[in-house]
Amino acid sequence: MQFLNSIGQRVLFGLVLLLAVLVLNFTLIHMAPGDPADVIAGEMGGATEEMMASIRKAYGLDRPFHEQLFSYVGKVFQGDLGYSYYFDQPVTELIFERLSATLLLVLTSLFLAIFLGTFLGVFASQNPNGMLSHFVTLLALLGYSLPVFWTGIMLLILLAAPPVDLFPIAGMYDVTKDGGTFDYILDVLHHLILPVVTLSTIYLAFYSRLSRASMLDVLGADYIRTARAKGLSERVVVYKHALRNGVLPVVTFAGLQFSQLFSGAVLVETVFSWPGLGTLAFDSIGRRDTPMLLGILFFSALIVIVANILTDISYRLIDPRIKTGMKT
Amino acid sequence: MNTPSPILSVADLAVEFDMRDGVARVIDDLSFDLMPGETLGIVGESGCGKSMTALSIMRLVPMPPGRIAGGEIRLDGENLVAASDVRIREIRGNEISMIFQEPMTSLNPVYTVGDQIAETVRLHEGLSKRDARDRAIEMLRAVAIPAPEARVEEYPHQLSGGMRQRVMIAMALTCRPRVLIADEPTTALDVTVQAQIFDLLRDLKEQTQTAIILITHDMGVIAEMAQRVVVMYAGRKVEDAPVDELLLNPKHPYSQGLIACVPHLQAVPTVERPPLMEIPGVVPSVSELGRGGCPFAPRCAQAMDRCRQQMPPPSTVAPGHQVACWLIDETRAA
Repeated sequence: MQFLNSIGQRVLFGLVLLLAVLVLNFTLIHMAPGDPADVIAGEMGGATEEMMASIRKAYGLDRPFHEQLFSYVGKVFQGDLGYSYYFDQPVTELIFERLSATLLLVLTSLFLAIFLGTFLGVFASQNPNGMLSHFVTLLALLGYSLPVFWTGIMLLILLAAPPVDLFPIAGMYDVTKDGGTFDYILDVLHHLILPVVTLSTIYLAFYSRLSRASMLDVLGADYIRTARAKGLSERVVVYKHALRNGVLPVVTFAGLQFSQLFSGAVLVETVFSWPGLGTLAFDSIGRRDTPMLLGILFFSALIVIVANILTDISYRLIDPRIKTGMKT
Repeated sequence: MNTPSPILSVADLAVEFDMRDGVARVIDDLSFDLMPGETLGIVGESGCGKSMTALSIMRLVPMPPGRIAGGEIRLDGENLVAASDVRIREIRGNEISMIFQEPMTSLNPVYTVGDQIAETVRLHEGLSKRDARDRAIEMLRAVAIPAPEARVEEYPHQLSGGMRQRVMIAMALTCRPRVLIADEPTTALDVTVQAQIFDLLRDLKEQTQTAIILITHDMGVIAEMAQRVVVMYAGRKVEDAPVDELLLNPKHPYSQGLIACVPHLQAVPTVERPPLMEIPGVVPSVSELGRGGCPFAPRCAQAMDRCRQQMPPPSTVAPGHQVACWLIDETRAA
């Protein structure tokens, strides 16, 4: 089948891309200054030249670059991302431990931004000179100009510190609290609010503006006039005939922006001490924890590529022209 | 003998648009009647208000900046200008349908043509999904689309321009409307396809007795299709006559000009013909409208002082033949 065929092609492409990412990251980190052996020895409390040599030998750091690279890539394709120098635990385990926290933050922010943004945009497009429309424009300008970390810090200062003190300052849950699962969920949600607001502000701004522009464009189209001429109500015209066309750019950008969302998450997680992949990556840089860092980079690349494939699939489901466009 | 009452009657219609520099009256004092089963042609150059007339009848004039500033549009006696939005939506697509100039962009690209036809009957006749689909297939067959059972599942981009216009016609006629407005239905199509579409419209009209308002700038099309013609210029009706009368005996200089513009393909090649005429100048822009005087005067070779000062009222020169031109007075006085 045409559809599966082209998806298979994408997957194959994705694999090649992953390999390229692996090699490039490995090379880059290898070229960066700083010797992991120094850090490891430092953790052990000072080191002689002999100890350093034995550490290098134990971690395989004495072998030539290409040997290290081949062995690493080979292991990765067996599902083994190596051991963290710092935690002395398998990298995959560490990643999966943190992944849920990051996904919770990133996916909540993304979906919130897309849904709220799209609907704000749709409402604004129905009255392009109305109050709401101006509000969307203002929001877009603000959201776009505020740096993520600044927004985060300001929210903390204003809402999480005395005298307001509405939200927790850091972390994902309160370790001092006990209670059932339900209390735990509430606690996590409470902790989630500020990071999500921070991370979704930019994207909310972007998507509301994008869908406003796209809907304005679509609402002027000939087929919208046709729909009205059929006697359809304005609600059906907007939500059935216009929205499905108007949402296409939003879907495209949602896929493209998934990667940016991850980099945004690093900043937000750091500001709010959110125990996710972002904080882990940030800390691993300081610790020269090469396998950890490589593992996280590989993993983010994997997620971005999967997100792009999903975007492709949903695009085909929404727009019939792409499905059949493959024929010719 | 009883004179039949018109199915659609437009009286003193005025449409205004808010412009940056004031209000432009794009349609003024427009009146005409459409009889049941009749094809009425509306001709004029681009920008003369033909399409705006059609949109006004459908109440699809974009508001704001536009509005219907006065007059009446009566469908079987019911004034559409004053009708509620709900009532208008019942009428659209059901009692009055419209097909547009651009078949390439007038269908929604993300729904199958079957769905788009079925949507209209489901809305107005409350048919089930299955029945509506059957009706869609039946309509596709009626507009002579081959293999309608397969085509019903196709998307607009899989069809040619001519096929799409057939789909538009199918969609417009599926609820058996009493009035069909065709706004330059073939302008975007190949000449051979044009002829097919007109044949189709004529056949369907004979079967359904739908009255048609055919908007075009092509006098040739009018001669083929219409029984009566309204000639419009700058938002005003300048002449209104049965088609033969207008073609053989046009009274308004603008109508004469439009007819002289058409090349006579079937004329005898050996016989000397007058050179092809053009009408000098261009249609006035909307902001120049409503300045008093005949709007055609600046382009009219026979314009007199009076033409530039006073708008000529419509006068009847023969049964069913009205002209708005001061020259009529001159010839009468003479």
